[in-house]
Amino acid sequence: MMRHAKKREIPIWATKPAFIVGIIIVVTAILISFFPQFIAPYDPIEVNSKAILVAPSAEHFFGTDNFGRDVFSRVIWAARIDLQIGVFATIVPLIFGSMMGLIAGYYGGVVDNILMRIIDILMTFPFTILVIVIMTILGQGMRNIYIAIWLVGWMAYAKLVRGEVLVLKNAEFIEAARVTGFSDKRILLRHMLPNVVSSAVVFAASDVVLCMLTGASMSFLGLGVQPPTPEWGAILNEGRAYIMNAWWITFFPGLFMAITGIGFSLLGDGLTDFLRTKGK
Amino acid sequence: MNGLNYILKRILQIIPVVFIISILIFLMLRAIPGDPARLVLGEKATIESIDAMREKLGLNESYLVQYGKFVKGIVSLDLGTSLTYQRPVIELLRSRVKITLMLTLISTFFSLLISFPLGYYAGKYKDSMFDQIIKSGALAAVSMPSFWIGLLLMILFGVKLRWLPVGGWGDTFIDQIRSLILPGLTMSLLTSALLIRNIRNSVVDISNMDYVDFARSKGISERAVKNRHILRNALISTVTLLLMRMAYMLGGSVIIETVFSLPGIGKLMVDSIFGRDYAVVQALVMLFAMIILLINLLTDIIYSFLDPRVKF
Repeated sequence: MMRHAKKREIPIWATKPAFIVGIIIVVTAILISFFPQFIAPYDPIEVNSKAILVAPSAEHFFGTDNFGRDVFSRVIWAARIDLQIGVFATIVPLIFGSMMGLIAGYYGGVVDNILMRIIDILMTFPFTILVIVIMTILGQGMRNIYIAIWLVGWMAYAKLVRGEVLVLKNAEFIEAARVTGFSDKRILLRHMLPNVVSSAVVFAASDVVLCMLTGASMSFLGLGVQPPTPEWGAILNEGRAYIMNAWWITFFPGLFMAITGIGFSLLGDGLTDFLRTKGK
Repeated sequence: MNGLNYILKRILQIIPVVFIISILIFLMLRAIPGDPARLVLGEKATIESIDAMREKLGLNESYLVQYGKFVKGIVSLDLGTSLTYQRPVIELLRSRVKITLMLTLISTFFSLLISFPLGYYAGKYKDSMFDQIIKSGALAAVSMPSFWIGLLLMILFGVKLRWLPVGGWGDTFIDQIRSLILPGLTMSLLTSALLIRNIRNSVVDISNMDYVDFARSKGISERAVKNRHILRNALISTVTLLLMRMAYMLGGSVIIETVFSLPGIGKLMVDSIFGRDYAVVQALVMLFAMIILLINLLTDIIYSFLDPRVKF
């Protein structure tokens, strides 16, 4: 009789609390980045000579910086820029890299060979080093952060998707589609892509953390977002000079960055788990 | 094939890679908008000195000849003169590389010290409270900006407790080690997190293997099982991972050395980018590339010796 008993549905929040925490953090971060004006009490770039380097208080939750700017408001407004970097620096390589991997894996041949060789060589180098080298050539600025990360980031996706395409290429349903006389374009987009894209998307969820941290690192080094624009790495860099007597300028932006990073990592881990169980 | 042949083959494989990298670096300086001679001399240079520099750098010659000279310069270690420091680049590198090397070694030491006990016990007591905490900690460590952690350590141990210097480089050996502790610790966090995951997972995997059960049932002491079977097997993948991480530490050195004002090659890189000191930037990129290739080569060779299953 037990055989027919319906397996009790366990709600997802009970089995995967970490995943839910990740979703809550990411959604909150996105909301903050869309509506900073409703949360931040002050203008993030407004200078106030009467409140310079004030410690955290009821008036200024996170204190003020050397220009008397409210650190809380700056940190809140910065969420918009950092999340933007994290997301857009990931999406472009995700799309372009997946396409390249799809084409290289499906057609193979000389182009595939050369492409993979170059990717292998370049990918032995640390991400940061490659991005810095490209930033050196392009010069400073937010736009160049995007370009630098795009130029480096797509390779991981190309490799990932290519590997999956190679496995899939000999699958029966692809063979069937080919025999039916479907065009390459149709096979690639309608049959291959839906099957290989999920692992690339899962990878992208954790890649957001890497891109966000890289963008913030560049701004921290002074190569990226320029003051007075509020950006977490740039605020940290400005606060560094006052570390002896005003710890709050460096502490809070980093804390927000860390929480956002952990949120995306938890989300990525949860998605990986789903993919793994789905595959079983 | 024997081991020596394998090593020889790996070294031969590197040659085309070095060739491609040298071309990329050669093109790098030329990809920067503007006249390279002006880039080398700076904004205030006169037209005569730029012409003279163009001649000296051989910019009026064909790209092929220029590339030949570039390679010759690298081979004979003549890397040009630093604009900022007015010293031969090679001298500059020689004095700076030691600091980054020491930083990497200290950070490797910390990583091993942190990750082996934590990873081992997390794996041994799988799914326990301790395991959960370690897992969460490792996830947090890979998601946080290292420069923030560095600054927090600096505030705590440098500013509040005054145990260690907040940055800079010491004169005596003891001072130098003291100034490397915080940056080394900062740098080791990410590596430790990755190593802990790896050690934990291999301990879990290996503990379930039949031969470990067999060893236990033979009556071998728990300590011997741990040393001879579990740790030894966990060591192979850990050493490989650690060596690979050392290449990434070089990338991290750029940020960590800036945070702690350590005069190593990472900080030199950032300073040279801001100072538009392109001769130094070019030499550093080449140096980074060579170190990374060397580390990769070593990783492959060591791995092949550690793991007898790898066939030559």
